[in-house]
Amino acid sequence: MSQRYLLGTFEREEDIVGVVKKVRELNYKIVDVYTPYAVHGLERTAGFAPSRLPWVCFALGLFGALFKVWFEFWTTASDWAINVGGKPWNSLPAYVPITFEVMVLFAGLSTVFAFFWSSRLFPGKKPIMPDIRVTNDRFVLVLEQEDSTFDVAKVQRIFKRFNTVKVEERQEGGQG
Amino acid sequence: MADLYSTLRQPLIAGNKSLGEVTNDVSGVLERKTSPLWWRAFMASLLFLLIGAAAITYQVATGIGTWGLNRTVGWAFDITNFVFWIGIGHAGTLISAVLFLFRQRWRTSVNRAAEAMTIIAVMCAGLFPLIHMGRPWLAFWMFPYPNMRGSLWVNFRSPLVWDFFAISTYFTISLVFWYVGLLPDLATIRDRAKAGIRKKIFGLLSLGWNGSLRTWNRYEVLYLLLAGLATPLVVSVHTIVSWDFATAVIPGWHSTILPPYFVAGAIFSGMAMVLTLMIIARKVMGLEDYITLRHLDVMSKLIIVTGSIVGLAYATEFFIAMYSENPYETFLFKNRALGPFAWAYWTMVLCNVISPQLLWFKRIRRNVAWVFVLTILINVGMWFERFVIVVTSLHRDYLPSSWTYYTPTLIEVLTLLGSFGLFFTGFLLFCRFLPVIAMAEVKGVLSHGHRSVRSGSR
Repeated sequence: MSQRYLLGTFEREEDIVGVVKKVRELNYKIVDVYTPYAVHGLERTAGFAPSRLPWVCFALGLFGALFKVWFEFWTTASDWAINVGGKPWNSLPAYVPITFEVMVLFAGLSTVFAFFWSSRLFPGKKPIMPDIRVTNDRFVLVLEQEDSTFDVAKVQRIFKRFNTVKVEERQEGGQG
Repeated sequence: MADLYSTLRQPLIAGNKSLGEVTNDVSGVLERKTSPLWWRAFMASLLFLLIGAAAITYQVATGIGTWGLNRTVGWAFDITNFVFWIGIGHAGTLISAVLFLFRQRWRTSVNRAAEAMTIIAVMCAGLFPLIHMGRPWLAFWMFPYPNMRGSLWVNFRSPLVWDFFAISTYFTISLVFWYVGLLPDLATIRDRAKAGIRKKIFGLLSLGWNGSLRTWNRYEVLYLLLAGLATPLVVSVHTIVSWDFATAVIPGWHSTILPPYFVAGAIFSGMAMVLTLMIIARKVMGLEDYITLRHLDVMSKLIIVTGSIVGLAYATEFFIAMYSENPYETFLFKNRALGPFAWAYWTMVLCNVISPQLLWFKRIRRNVAWVFVLTILINVGMWFERFVIVVTSLHRDYLPSSWTYYTPTLIEVLTLLGSFGLFFTGFLLFCRFLPVIAMAEVKGVLSHGHRSVRSGSR
């Protein structure tokens, strides 16, 4: 079954924000929006779920910190305990700085890798984009033509109202 | 969020640019032929780097007896350089992370270069403890790995081990933060490049970035998280560096003021170095529209703030030393200001406390030549600050018969020059091969996106 898409290209942030709001009000299915820079708040307008990356950051940060406290305790007090200046074996306050650093390291790196993984970014990946200029100065809205009630002419009129520079129909896989 | 623009404000980027113009201006520099000016600067930096490499090779082969250290002054030039370079790095993180959290939108034109500066400065800093180990090929012993010696673990109670963890975490997080910030721009350059080696390399580095809103959505969250992590990290790093001194019992080092004083000093010196580099970069690369006089102005104001904190810390140290009536503490501070190293102390005060006062005047903050000279003076002053802290606290200890003076040897001076060579070589390579301005961020602060009344903000 072939899937049809309608692509609208825009030149300015204001237009893409407006058109996304409009098609969302009319309940069209937004496949994706391509922008050359982060347009703040557009993901909410488009109705995309908020990212779950903060959970990864929190969980792995906590894991890193707990792991490091355990590791410091195990090495300094248990595995090979060394008397350093008569300090207690479990010098917890002295463990604080490294625990903090390792927490930041775990939280930061894991969040970055989670980002690469969830966004399917890896070296050698061929970028799939509707227009080569979306990394330069074009904004592209991709709508899915779900069924026969999708009125191309009507959507084109909406796009026109937001100063579209190009409207295009593509078959399945055609968004790439 | 269009309504954030006010018609009363000046635009952040001059020249009323469109998105495409930003791409052309920033990537154009990388596509053109290398300018002779760049080559000359690069060759000079490379020369210094080679001199430094020769000096390092010599001292590693011979031993650190080639330094001017003696029994009384056991820490001097090397640790001074280390603290100096780490401090330089801190301004990059301040601009990229702290100012991001404070929603200072002017940071977009300088943050990329400032972060690159951070990474190279941390590399320069890491060089010095590595040499100081005497046997740098055993540096991996700092890492707590299971080994055949027992396993004998590192001493987690030691500030020097804290330092190792702090610096390596700082380097890793800064590098990752910088790379994530680069991704959209790498993709921009990939899509501009015609088939060839450039397209291949940037294609590999940009990881298939396609500007999808789903990715941007996660990207923005990631950026915020990294900024949130880097902010306490940068404070922790120089705090831990100050603990190298503060946990000792030496008067002048053993002080609770050291952590905030070091952090403020780090940002102060780093800001000065960012300004020095930006003034050169905007001129050489023709980026006057992006790094405007307004940027110099606001960064100079940050210099006044952090410089005032540093000045206050100098005064507080003196006051507390006198007020405590601790004879050792009192002696040390009198010795700092009036002893054999008074010349270093007063150089520091002149460069760090007195000369930055000129920046209170708007005419001076907006004068490129003046700002350039003042930032150089601050760089010199901040180097001397570390020298004063390290050497004057040591050279006259509890036993007057062992009092002495310290003079660096040629090898030590050449190593310092070599680290500057490394710094500028790294920075010039960055300017030549990567986009100096964060295009994807600058595009977000242009007024171009808005057609209506708000475009009056131009």
